[in-house]
Amino acid sequence: MAWTKNVLRVNLEAGTCTTELLNMQWAQDYLGQRGLATKYLVSEIDPKVDPFSPMNKLIFVTGPLTGTMAATGGRYSVVTKGPLTGAIACSNSGGYFGAELKFAGWDMVIFEGASPKPVYLLINDGKAELVDASHLWGKTVWETEETIKAQHQDPQIRVAAIGRAGENRVLYAAIVNDLHRAAGRSGVGAVMGSKNLKAVAVRGTRTDAYQMANPQAFLAATEAGKKVLAANGVTGQGLPTYGTQVLMNVINELGALPTRNHREVQFEGAHDISGEAMHEKRPTDGKANLVTNGACFGCTIACGRISRMDPSHFSVKDKPQYHGASGGVEYEAAWALGAANGVNDLEALTYANFLCNEDGFDPISFGATVGAAMELFDLGILTEKETGLKMPFGSTEALVKLAEWTAQGIGFGKIIGLGSRRLCEKYGRPDLSMTVKSQEFPAYDGRGLQGMGLAYATNNRGACHLRGYMVSPEVLGIPVKMEPQATEGKPAMLKAFQDLTAVVDSAGICLFTTFAWGLSDIQPQIQAACEGDWSEERLLLVGERIWNLEREFNLAAGFTAKDDNLPPRLMKEPAKTGPQKGAVSKLDIMLPEYYQLRGWTKEGVPTAETRSRLGV
Amino acid sequence: MKVTLKLFASLAAHLPAEARSRHRIELDVEPGVTVADLIQRQGIPPSQCAIVLVDGVWVAGPEWGTRTLAEGQALAIWPPVAGG
Repeated sequence: MAWTKNVLRVNLEAGTCTTELLNMQWAQDYLGQRGLATKYLVSEIDPKVDPFSPMNKLIFVTGPLTGTMAATGGRYSVVTKGPLTGAIACSNSGGYFGAELKFAGWDMVIFEGASPKPVYLLINDGKAELVDASHLWGKTVWETEETIKAQHQDPQIRVAAIGRAGENRVLYAAIVNDLHRAAGRSGVGAVMGSKNLKAVAVRGTRTDAYQMANPQAFLAATEAGKKVLAANGVTGQGLPTYGTQVLMNVINELGALPTRNHREVQFEGAHDISGEAMHEKRPTDGKANLVTNGACFGCTIACGRISRMDPSHFSVKDKPQYHGASGGVEYEAAWALGAANGVNDLEALTYANFLCNEDGFDPISFGATVGAAMELFDLGILTEKETGLKMPFGSTEALVKLAEWTAQGIGFGKIIGLGSRRLCEKYGRPDLSMTVKSQEFPAYDGRGLQGMGLAYATNNRGACHLRGYMVSPEVLGIPVKMEPQATEGKPAMLKAFQDLTAVVDSAGICLFTTFAWGLSDIQPQIQAACEGDWSEERLLLVGERIWNLEREFNLAAGFTAKDDNLPPRLMKEPAKTGPQKGAVSKLDIMLPEYYQLRGWTKEGVPTAETRSRLGV
Repeated sequence: MKVTLKLFASLAAHLPAEARSRHRIELDVEPGVTVADLIQRQGIPPSQCAIVLVDGVWVAGPEWGTRTLAEGQALAIWPPVAGG
């Protein structure tokens, strides 16, 4: 079977590493990765625990398809109680780290307690030990990875680390692996920092780490899956060539590109920061921002952006360490660092993105928080005296400086590191925080796309686009076209997307496969890999069970139906321009139907029948 | 009458070289011109037209032959793309 059946439990307080067998009943009920680690977390911690308390736990987890021949089978997740939201946090990352962890023979690593001094976990196949990291504390992710590899004389070690943002407990600090892939959202890196855990370094060489339930069927199923990805226009051509960034002009034309802290829904500078612009040669040096695309382990799509900055750009002209090729902006980062602030300088966005990778913080939450700060500055609530710099909308200099300050934990960067909700509350305007459950919106306006508004409001980890991507039907026509302003059918479609996404996130593969794959493409791969009956019906039931388990955790943590909401700006201030002009969110129409479809009460609580049916 | 044609991503190759960096050209067309007419006129393979918007509003494939453009409207087209 595709699980290794081994769990590594690390007690950071005692400094011990112990092995235990995976709970296989839970694996049958929750599949792996997101679902399985959530089951472990809710079984082991008090939902009301302070996220930075040693009583909170941090779980690195793979899925049954991680480290296999399944296309995109390189994913891992980090699950904990998140400090930004106070809700369940599950951040998913690609790169090569997850597969390496699986090759070392581990389904998951559970960190408990807090270390009295900085340490990193070194895993070499079945051997695991905590190593002193005093010399790494204060270093960036990039320095940490380089130092660990040099120290152990092994360039093939895979490293997932926090930078200074995680150490400083920036509430949206990320865990970065392979230099520029990240478990990015909800502040999982800050929890890691609170535990004095600098990095997890893994070398996995076992060829017997796991066994397929049916190897022959697995090869056939994964081969068929790869053919579907290659033949599909999106996964075979669109994503490799233009990456996610190609959406910038699409969403802007559609009038759903949040601009200047959601004051507007179209950005006049969208073209300048788009995927197409990354291909265009710069007048300064005659080179394009985009160098090439990149792929994670086992990926046949390769959507990643690898960029090189203009070395004469003011942000890096005296900093040669940023002149090489590194992880470029994806759509979400380009939006948050650009349109959300009114900044149209692609090079500045690339620099800020480099800093997010280098010191480990989420560009979505960072950029959106800068947007909120710029609006407070615009209104005269924040002043240069308070912030130490002028920061009007559109200020490239302010964006660059705030990225540096947040990375280093200095000046007004400390306030930006609190996130939008706490920033806006501090200055008396909580209504200006564009968040749900204290997490900042990604790059789609909930007024322009009604289904995305419902997705944000109901998301278990706060505003997020990766738990029910209604952009697919509302913009791309996948699997069917739904009108952006329609509400009919949206709650049902969203529920189906949320449950399916929970399955994908628990299997060890990338959500982007679903632009081409349906459940009928995924199911044979899971069936061949995992022991037992994994019918499509059962997989969707697993997805629904995961969604409800996360919901139960949040309810126990103190969240209520009142938190399934959107900021007043989206409910009351109509979109000003474009085809969605005049639109506000119709959340009040969709939410009751969504609760009903979920089998929840009007208060958003799973009924006894729902709990019994799902076994939650 | 004047309309705007915007071609993005790989479809920009169907624009005159000087218009590719901005992904748009202004066209002088006869009244009653349809979406399908413009797609054909620019030599764009219909199979590559995945997202078709007139002033930001989706036009489904079966409607391309009947959906006319008015003075000043913009037709924007993308090949199969997606994001995240």
